[in-house]
Amino acid sequence: MTGRVAVRPDVPVLDVRSMSKVYGEGETAVHALREVDLLVRRGEYVAVIGQSGSGKSTLLNILGCLDAPTSGRYLLEGLDVADLDDRQQSVLRNRQIGFVFQSFNLIPRTTAFANVELPLVYAGVPRRVRRARTLAALDVVGLGERTDHRPNQLSGGQQQRVAVARALVTAPALLLADEPTGNLDSASTADVLDLFDGLHATGRTIVIITHDAEVAERADRVVTVTDGRLRESSGARP
Amino acid sequence: MSSVEIVRFAVRALLANRLRSLLTMLGIIIGIAAVILLTALGNGAAQYIQGQISGLGANSITVLARAPGGTAGAAAGASARPLTSGDATAIADPQGAPDVGYVAPVVQSSSTVAAGPNSETATVIGSTPQYFPGSNTVVAAGRAYDEADVADGRPVAVIGRTVADDLYGVGSTPLGRSLLVKGVPLQIIGVLQAKGQGGGFANPDSNVLAPITTVQSAFTGFGNLNQIVVGARASTTQNAAESEIYSILDRRHGITNPNNRDYQLISSAQLAQVLDQTLSTFSLLLAGIAGISLLVGGIGITNIMLVSVTERTREIGIRKALGAPPSAILGQFLVESTILSVLAGLIGVGIGVAGTLIPLPNGFRAVVVPAAVVVAVVVSIVIGVFFGGYPARRAARLRPIEALRRE
Repeated sequence: MTGRVAVRPDVPVLDVRSMSKVYGEGETAVHALREVDLLVRRGEYVAVIGQSGSGKSTLLNILGCLDAPTSGRYLLEGLDVADLDDRQQSVLRNRQIGFVFQSFNLIPRTTAFANVELPLVYAGVPRRVRRARTLAALDVVGLGERTDHRPNQLSGGQQQRVAVARALVTAPALLLADEPTGNLDSASTADVLDLFDGLHATGRTIVIITHDAEVAERADRVVTVTDGRLRESSGARP
Repeated sequence: MSSVEIVRFAVRALLANRLRSLLTMLGIIIGIAAVILLTALGNGAAQYIQGQISGLGANSITVLARAPGGTAGAAAGASARPLTSGDATAIADPQGAPDVGYVAPVVQSSSTVAAGPNSETATVIGSTPQYFPGSNTVVAAGRAYDEADVADGRPVAVIGRTVADDLYGVGSTPLGRSLLVKGVPLQIIGVLQAKGQGGGFANPDSNVLAPITTVQSAFTGFGNLNQIVVGARASTTQNAAESEIYSILDRRHGITNPNNRDYQLISSAQLAQVLDQTLSTFSLLLAGIAGISLLVGGIGITNIMLVSVTERTREIGIRKALGAPPSAILGQFLVESTILSVLAGLIGVGIGVAGTLIPLPNGFRAVVVPAAVVVAVVVSIVIGVFFGGYPARRAARLRPIEALRRE
């Protein structure tokens, strides 16, 4: 099984309904998200902006099934995530979501090739197919020549491009990026954002978290998080 | 994902972190090697002592003079009679003592022995040819003195290995050469096989054995005997022979109360029993030491496994984020710790066993205890796999975001 799911264009990729996330209990409870609603359709490029502590990372972690909401519903590709057990959520992350983190999160002392190949191994893709798709993904991010380099032999920009290759190698429905340019210089930032633009152009759904207005400008739609509440912003690209 | 992939991941992770893998293995290697070496040393010591006991001579009983209520070999008290050749003859009488096989009266004196410029102090033992089997003494080269040598009081001697080495050169066989004992020349007719230093006994390798008549006429005089070595006909008749000796000597020495005997019997069986008890205490001590080493080694393995898995919690988070099911993560870590533990176990056994081959002084050598090897290996591997697997299982169950937040 390669994890391909029949594309249903009518179903939103993300459908969040009055979702809340509370850390702690009683007096010390922190409301990271309050009754949030969010709908993301196929092919949209959404930027989530907000100050640090506003709850935008919490939102992204829940969207990526890395964390569970305290209340509310979350449908990913029409599927209620709360109904899935640990293993099924692993499969969901593997097939439907590609992650790009601020701190790259590559496996240390492991080659770029092996890092990109990793999700395909967990997906059970046969070795030969895996190899071709891994090389293709590294080619897309312009690192076809550096497949044998380890993370510590790559610059920050190159590491993030490996991470992007890893995120898109499974052809997921959704690309989730958490401050992907937060640790990069301006040249590398431009590289990575150009990559996202290219992916968006090919119809990929992207949700990116950032506090950088320049990054947000590239998105179709900008959503602002303030004190755990969402607000659609205008002023983004039409 | 297939188990082949899991093994591939495990091997790749081990190779990617060679130093960590090596350090993890080191704990197991040292633990196992230490247990194997310690128990082998203890076992070797036990076997060595057992060898010394059997060196006393099978079925032999030694009669020593002692003061009543005093210690063996002490000067005879006023009421005590020394051992005489009359006593020896009486014990040798087949009618009074049918279970006695042979009797060897013994006189001995510590004397200066010399050859050319070399000299040293040796124990000169005068006895009859039966002394050789009675004390489990074997002639390596030449011959033992015989009845004719004893009857004629010939000036011949059979010397211990140490005496030959010291006076005539290491490894020499000075047959036919002359040995001066207190200035009296004896001709060397034989050299004894080395026995090695007995635990607490006089060194039999620095003895000079000569016919009893020769020793008496030249050195000790025809007075009392130092001891009488008696051999039972068979090991089964040793107790019977002992009681016969008791009744003969009690009568001759006028003993009515067995507690006031002016002589004492020491049998190799008795000695073996006493030493056996000592040995079992010794074994218990060793088992304790081995157990402690295993415990310390086990704690070391536990530590390094916990640390190395905890250190990788973030990596586990990354793998979970990429879609690794809990079973794949647990599987990888279990395979990793199994490979490390088994490999380290094999190396530990190799080092431990190789260590026992190192020669030790005194002809004493370490002997591997197979049970200790099995226990050490099994315990180390179980600890390694458990403490490699348990924290991995915990980490694999974390929400990915919690694992990712760990640094």
